[in-house]
Parts: sequence; C-alpha cells; structure tokens
Amino acid sequence: MAHYSGLGDIFFTAPVAFGIVGALRKFLDLPRRLPRWNPLLTWIWVPVVVLYLGAQAFDFWSPKLGDAYWLLVLGMVLAVLLAVRDYRPARSLVLAIGPLVVYKLVEFVLETPQGKIPKQYDAALDTTQGFVIIWLVTFIFIARSQKKQLEKERVLREEEEKAKRLIEAQNAQLEHLVAERTAALTNQAEELRTALTELRTTQAQLIQSEKMASLGELTAGIAHEIQNPLNFVNNFAEVSAELVTELEEEREKTDRDLELEADLLADLKQNLQKIHQHGGRAASIVRGMLEHSRASSGERVPTDLNQLADEYLRLAYHGLRAKDKTFNATLKPDFDPTLPPVEVIAQDLGRVLLNLLTNAFYAVKQRQQRNEPGYVPTVSVRTKRVGEEVEIRVADNGTGMPESVKAKIFQPFFTTKPTGEGTGLGLSLSYDIVTQGHGGTLAVESREGEGTEFIISLPA
Amino acid sequence: MQILVVDDETDVRDLFQQRFRREIRSGEWTFSFAFSGEEALEYLRAHHSEVLIILSDINMPGMSGLDLLSHVKEEFEMPPTTMMMITAYGDDDSYRKAMALGANDFLTKPVDFAVLKEKLAHLLPS
Repeated sequence: MAHYSGLGDIFFTAPVAFGIVGALRKFLDLPRRLPRWNPLLTWIWVPVVVLYLGAQAFDFWSPKLGDAYWLLVLGMVLAVLLAVRDYRPARSLVLAIGPLVVYKLVEFVLETPQGKIPKQYDAALDTTQGFVIIWLVTFIFIARSQKKQLEKERVLREEEEKAKRLIEAQNAQLEHLVAERTAALTNQAEELRTALTELRTTQAQLIQSEKMASLGELTAGIAHEIQNPLNFVNNFAEVSAELVTELEEEREKTDRDLELEADLLADLKQNLQKIHQHGGRAASIVRGMLEHSRASSGERVPTDLNQLADEYLRLAYHGLRAKDKTFNATLKPDFDPTLPPVEVIAQDLGRVLLNLLTNAFYAVKQRQQRNEPGYVPTVSVRTKRVGEEVEIRVADNGTGMPESVKAKIFQPFFTTKPTGEGTGLGLSLSYDIVTQGHGGTLAVESREGEGTEFIISLPA
Repeated sequence: MQILVVDDETDVRDLFQQRFRREIRSGEWTFSFAFSGEEALEYLRAHHSEVLIILSDINMPGMSGLDLLSHVKEEFEMPPTTMMMITAYGDDDSYRKAMALGANDFLTKPVDFAVLKEKLAHLLPS
C-alpha cells in the first residue's frame, strides 16, 4: 500500500476505504453486532476528503498524510474487530491484520517526510511486506472458513432448534389430546355410572312390574277360587239355619224323633266345620295374594309345599281359564304325603311355581291350537322326597323347546312369547329365587313337540 | 228317577244332600254325584236308564261340563231328559255354547237353591 501514498489518488483511496468498511460490515454483520458504530463507519471517506481539501487550501502536501490516513483506517478496523472479539472470525481477522498494522507503523516511522524509505531498510521492509500480505490473505481465508463453519453450525443449531420446537409443539398437541381424551373418558365413566344407577332402578321396577303382571294373571283365578269357598260358606250357613229350624220344630213335637235330632246335630256340626274350612280356604287365598304382591320379607318359615303347590296350581289354571274360557287342561297333582315341612320364603317360591305353571299352561295351550287328534293338554305337579332333598316337578305335555331355546330360558329378558305378552324375566327371577334365595337348583328337561319338565330341588 | 250332579268340588254332595234332605228323606228325588266329567260318563254308562236330569258344572279340570254335554248327546241315543249347566262365570259365551250343544237350562253360581228346587219340581213328576 506504500505505493498509493499520494493523496492525489483520493478517487482511489476513498472508495477502497469505503470498500474495506463495506466488506467488514458484511463479513461481520455489523448492523446487527455493532449497531451504534455501523452508521459512523459509513463516514470513513470523510477524513481523506478533509485532508485532501486541507492540503489543497494550504498548498501543503506530504505523502505521510496518506499513510497516516491508512493507519487511521487500519486502527479503526482493528478497533471494530476488537469490539466484536467474541466472534471467532473477528479474532482471526485481528490476527490477520496485526502484522499489517505493525508493518505500517514501522513504515510510517521510518519513512522520510517525502515518503521515501531509507535505503538500508528497503529490502527488509519489502520482504516483510510480502510476508505480511501472505499472512493477511491466509488469515482472511481462515476467518472466512471459520465463518462458514460457524454459519453451518448455526444453521444446524437452528434446524435442531426448529426440530425441537416442532417436537415441543407436537408434545403440546399430544398433551392437549391426552387431556381431551382423559376428559372424555372421565365424562364417559360418569355417564356409565349414571346409566348403571338408572339400570339398577329400572331392574327393580321391572322386577316389581313382573310381580304385578303375574298378580294380574292371578286375579281372575283368585276371583274364581274365592267365589267357590264363599258360595260354600253361604250355602252351608243357610242350610244350617234350616237345620236349626227343623231341629227346633222337632223338639216342639211330643213324639220327638231322637234319631233325626242326632242326625241334624251331626249335620250341623259337620256344616260348621265345612264353613270353617271353606272360610279358611278363602282367607288363605287372600293371604297368598297379599303375600305375592308384598315385597318379600325374606324370612324362611316351615311350609307345607304340597299345599303351596296345590294352591298355585289352581290359581294358575283358573287365571288362564278366566282369560280364555275355551281352554281346558287336565291337572295332575301328585303330592308325596310324607313330605316334611320345608323352610322356604313361601311368597317367593309361590312366584316360582306360578311362573312355571303359567309357562306350562301356555305351552299346552299352544300345542292344543295345533289340533292334533287325541291330544289332551295335561299339566302335572309332583312333590317327592329324594334323600336329603325335596323335589317339585312341574311338567307339561306342551310344545316343548329346542336346545337353542333351552340354553337361553334362564337369561333375563329372553322370551318366546310375542312382544307385550311376556317380560322375559319370569324364569330368570325364578332361577335366582331357587338358587340364591333357597340354595336349591332349578333344572329343565324338554323334548320338542313332547313337553317340558322343570325340577325344583330344595334342601329339606 | 234320579239326578246326577257333576262338580269337581266334593262338598257339593253334602250341600245338595242337606239342601234337598226333605225330598231325599221322602224318597221323591234321588241324587248321585260325580266329581269330574269322566266320572260322570262312567256313571252314565253304568246307570243310563236311571238318570233323568244331569246338573253339571262347566268349569272343571280335565273334561269340562261342555265336553261332557256333547259326549252325552253323542253317546246316548236316549239322553237324560234334561241337562242343566252351572257355571261360575255366567257369561254369554258359555251360555250360547251350552244351548247350542242342547242344554235345557243354564244356571249361574252362586246357585239359588229355591229357584233350582222349583225348576226340578217342574221337570220331575213327583
């Protein structure tokens, strides 16, 4: 640069200084790194112009002024580099221009006011200048490659950052989803809990309505069953009054027929027994009806199963007869007289019997409608003691059922009856009553087209 | 000459025997009893010519009163003069069926024995 030491080259010096500043600015990204210095650097051309104008005005010139300006430029560049020394390529550049600055200083000190280098230093300075320039270029390249390296790292970092942000965003989204799902699941669980409560309530209501439905079946049968004993009570009471009158008349007579009187008295006594018996029969039917409709007390009491079975056999039969007067069936009670009293919840077991009997009558009625010649609808109820157990068998010669139906009959809501005629709960409740309520078993044997038999076994 | 009463309630026998004790005692009327339709048919087969009147309940397990009525009309060339049907329900349906099958009269439970006695007296020459 010693060659350009004339200020006459201002049109060369100012753009070069400006170019150096521009390159520096671009290389180090000064607007960002040194925002305050940056605009000032734009004015780097001002000192040289001032010097030039000053020299023109006073007509004074020394080539040293040009070198001084270059030193100023170099010093400024060094200052800028030191200001951004945290940036590694800047430090490399410091290293790059370090020797140049030193060389320029030495040259400045050694040269004469006319800008000439004394002869004895010329060779040494020339060598040094070559070395300094190679040094400068080398380190500028190093700085450049460092910058590129840093740039690459920065891009990589940014990409990583971006990826990280993406992952974070995805995580956030996932967490949001998880939260949403959790909320949905919690909601569902809540809904299910509510549904379960509703179902439990409905189940209780259904059991109650099944009870009331079977009570409805009973009502007509009960009316008939009560009517008969009441008729007997009335008739025997009336006829007894007649007998008493006759007895009184006989006693008025002078020739009393003592034998007739004895007969009348015997009849009276018998009638009173019959009134008592039929009254009791009516009362037990009413009691049975009340027990059936009342919620089960759950108390087991020793019960005569023969009487219970007989009662419900008649109730079920007459209940059906009341609904369909053309229906008729042969009832075959076959009760084991040696049956001991069994501890049962009578109204519950009554419901089981009523249900089995209603089904049996329904089955024989269905078969009767097929008009098979010689078919006699028959429903039998048998009680029997079998070892430590007591058996009640309810059999019919009705339609029977195929295996596919047999497998399902104890399931709740399973019914083969048309919609509206059966709740599908009868056998399922019966099964629960026998097994859970009494520790017994409820089994079924059936042949399609031949009949069905239900066997209740209870521990005696 | 006798009256066959068919009812599944066994106490009907005692009731009739007491209600009609004077007629029985005087030998005017004789009552026999059957406790099912089947039993009634057997009795009729054994004592055909003796029975003049059949009084039958309609609502009985097994063979119903109406079945008995049709069997009697079918089986016997000379059926008893009178078939009276008794039912607890007193419905028009059973009434029409009984009449269609050739019943002579129809009574509803509870039986009014005074009315029955009158009807029997009217039917039976004493």
